[in-house]
Amino acid sequence: MSKHHRLILLAGFITGLAALGLTAAGNPANMGFCIACFLRDIAGGLGMHSAAKVQYIRPEIIGLVLGALLSATAGREFEARAGSAPALRFVLGMIVMVGALAFLGCPLRMVLRLAGGDLTAVSGFAGFTLGIGIGVLCLKKGFSLGRAYKVKRSNGFVLPCFMAALLVLLLAVPSVLRFSEEGPGASHAYWLVSLAGGLIVGGLAQKSRLCMAGGIRDIFLFRDFHLVSGFAAIFATVLIGNLLLGGFHPTLAVQPIAHHDYLWNLLGMAAVGWGAVLLGGCPLRQLILAGEGNGDSAVTVFGMLTGAALSHNFGMAGNADAMTGGTFVAGGVGTPGQIGILIGLILLFIISVVNLHKEEKNNG
Amino acid sequence: MVDARGYSCPMPVVMVQKEVSRSAPDQLEVLVDDRCAVENISRFAGHSGYAVEIREVADDEFSLLLTKLP
Repeated sequence: MSKHHRLILLAGFITGLAALGLTAAGNPANMGFCIACFLRDIAGGLGMHSAAKVQYIRPEIIGLVLGALLSATAGREFEARAGSAPALRFVLGMIVMVGALAFLGCPLRMVLRLAGGDLTAVSGFAGFTLGIGIGVLCLKKGFSLGRAYKVKRSNGFVLPCFMAALLVLLLAVPSVLRFSEEGPGASHAYWLVSLAGGLIVGGLAQKSRLCMAGGIRDIFLFRDFHLVSGFAAIFATVLIGNLLLGGFHPTLAVQPIAHHDYLWNLLGMAAVGWGAVLLGGCPLRQLILAGEGNGDSAVTVFGMLTGAALSHNFGMAGNADAMTGGTFVAGGVGTPGQIGILIGLILLFIISVVNLHKEEKNNG
Repeated sequence: MVDARGYSCPMPVVMVQKEVSRSAPDQLEVLVDDRCAVENISRFAGHSGYAVEIREVADDEFSLLLTKLP
């Protein structure tokens, strides 16, 4: 087994342990980590949307970016670069977030949900795989967002500084922020535990290139199972942990912060998979790349924050199934969310088609 | 030669894959400026019957020489 392979298995194992630990420490069930949910909570914490149950500055996100920054700096891999279709990446980030919040989770949470026995996530996984397949087809047909260029070093610190500023606000002037008093946003581990979890996983994800979308993409592209083994390690670790801790409940209904609207789970995650391939990585990977100095990924993260705000302002996010007074209340994706996903898929098609290039001009 | 400098993953490996599919070269030089691309292309080469020689030709710029294995 190569050093790289051991590293990605270790990253998957530690990420799984961190997810279990953060859930035990107070994060919502099956949500030790969720990049989409946590960016949505940050958008709410900043007042970008007014959904009262999902507002909190999640230190995990701050830790992921700063952990990647520290790891990249220590390994001489920090490099400021930008200029590869930033406006399109912003839009792609929004689309990915609309799809993920309809499903109620990013690809990482999808794995955590599956490992908790949430069978409603199976259709999301199918859709994610389908979307990645479409994205890979686009790559094979010549899709490209173009080259990025080295830029002044200060450009690479934009997202890390933004995250550091969020941490300062959270600790020093929380009165300017919004905090949920109930719901998922009110369920969280102690900030230092969350930050530590993010820092550790961020560092390991940077070193190992852990990427949920990249794992399946590489299987389609050249039958390579390296990246997906990190994905598998997270799943196995969390599954075993849940079995040992009594957190594995395999059912098709009333799963924690999830709904059983299979079609829209599938289509929402198809948009996530497709968009992630066009962007070159899943939401987690975008945070890590931004921590390495990639300005295009920083723009993508701001697009995801905006997409999260729009999802809640326009009622596009999914509603979780619930048991209220012994009565099952079905959640799902409402008409605005369905329209949002369809618009996202249409935009993905247009972006894919208009960025097809027959021949790379600079090949020798 | 494939010049994939400036492209982020997975574009460099896609560009190399296309060149290998198109011309099945005995040797192929690839320029990249991203360590992730070095790792991806090395894995692709391993799956495709090529040996890889990696040289850092400038600060964070790499030349990968893919040589078809007999």
